[in-house]
Amino acid sequence: MSYKVVHYINQFFANIGGEEMAHVAPELREGFVGPGMALNTAWKGEAEITATIVCGDSYFAEHEADAKEKVLAWVKEQKPDMFIAGPAFNAGRYGYACATIANAVQEELGIPVLTGMYEENPGADLKNKVLIVATANSAAGMRKAAPVMAKLALKIMKGEKIGASAEEGYMPNGIRRNFFEKEVGAKRAVDMLIAKLSDKPFTTEYPMPSFDRVAPNKAVKDLSKATIALCTSGGIVPKGNPDHIESSSASHYGEYSIAGVDDLTAETYETAHGGYDPVYANADADRVLPVDILREMEREGKIGKLHDFFYTTVGNGTSVANAKKFAAEYAQKLLQAGVHAVIMTST
Amino acid sequence: MVKEIERAGIPVVHMCTVTPISMTVGANRIVPTIAIPHPLGNPALSLEEEKAIRRKLVERALEALTTEVDDQTIFEV
Repeated sequence: MSYKVVHYINQFFANIGGEEMAHVAPELREGFVGPGMALNTAWKGEAEITATIVCGDSYFAEHEADAKEKVLAWVKEQKPDMFIAGPAFNAGRYGYACATIANAVQEELGIPVLTGMYEENPGADLKNKVLIVATANSAAGMRKAAPVMAKLALKIMKGEKIGASAEEGYMPNGIRRNFFEKEVGAKRAVDMLIAKLSDKPFTTEYPMPSFDRVAPNKAVKDLSKATIALCTSGGIVPKGNPDHIESSSASHYGEYSIAGVDDLTAETYETAHGGYDPVYANADADRVLPVDILREMEREGKIGKLHDFFYTTVGNGTSVANAKKFAAEYAQKLLQAGVHAVIMTST
Repeated sequence: MVKEIERAGIPVVHMCTVTPISMTVGANRIVPTIAIPHPLGNPALSLEEEKAIRRKLVERALEALTTEVDDQTIFEV
């Protein structure tokens, strides 16, 4: 008898389409679809994907309760030995959907779950609740990720004890597993120190927890005297994208003057973002960057001034390190310009 | 990006549709919006209705900026 697995994937991996199809509602299909084949192959008949659930990433994000309910009902009906979602690599909404739905299946149906994604994926926030295999940041990492996920999944289905995160390839989840190191601590410490001093790679055995939170700043006292700046990760740029901001994995941000601009129109602005359907933003970029409303409010005296420049980049697959760098840089420009508050919009 | 702006000392409000991602990222003032491809619009409505909704959302964002918070706060619309 082989173990039964239900697999969850998005519209892209099901070959339905990219962003333009991200709105599709969940559907249940028999057998494996797309990346499920790699898992089936790795199991060599010991386990098998008997059903695949396909759901659009935007659909899940925008109708989470409804999507969850449908998926849970199907999984319950299928009575699988395991539920696997993804891997999602660095796709933010997909990763979020994989981790969230896996967590729901585990908590509400008591079925073991596994997903996979890149460690910077926002879905990885649930790594202490859901077992998540760490993958590369693009689908090119599928060949590496599938065998790791398949092996770990089979171990779980067989009820075998799973090893430490470093051995099994999952993200550290706060659960300590004991095992015997080959070398004594003193030797490992000296080896690590030598590697560090000679600028060679080394892996710490005790990573410091990172809680990078910034405390909120004081509220704006008087809006009618405040200069408000607009920023976005939604990729709004002057028509033609003069600085060639990339549609994904942006390497830079844009700074554009909106002095004297009352309204963003289809003739003057567009989006460079490749991670959502651009039709609506291209027709009227105010839908992402509300220049028209803030200009109105400036005229009415509700706000002191709309800052003359806006800052923009594409948040699609852009690394956290780059996003940090961009904003740290333009925040200094905003400070120097005497901006009192910022509205950041994201798609 | 919101965190770096906050770190520089400027209060910032994050307007986005997938608020759990905003929480993960560490935004302190969050206003939920309409949909991923059109956070501040709704192409199903007339232009006037759409603008009225956009205005409401921006007003809520300004309210968030004038409200003191101690922790991450979602300002429902």
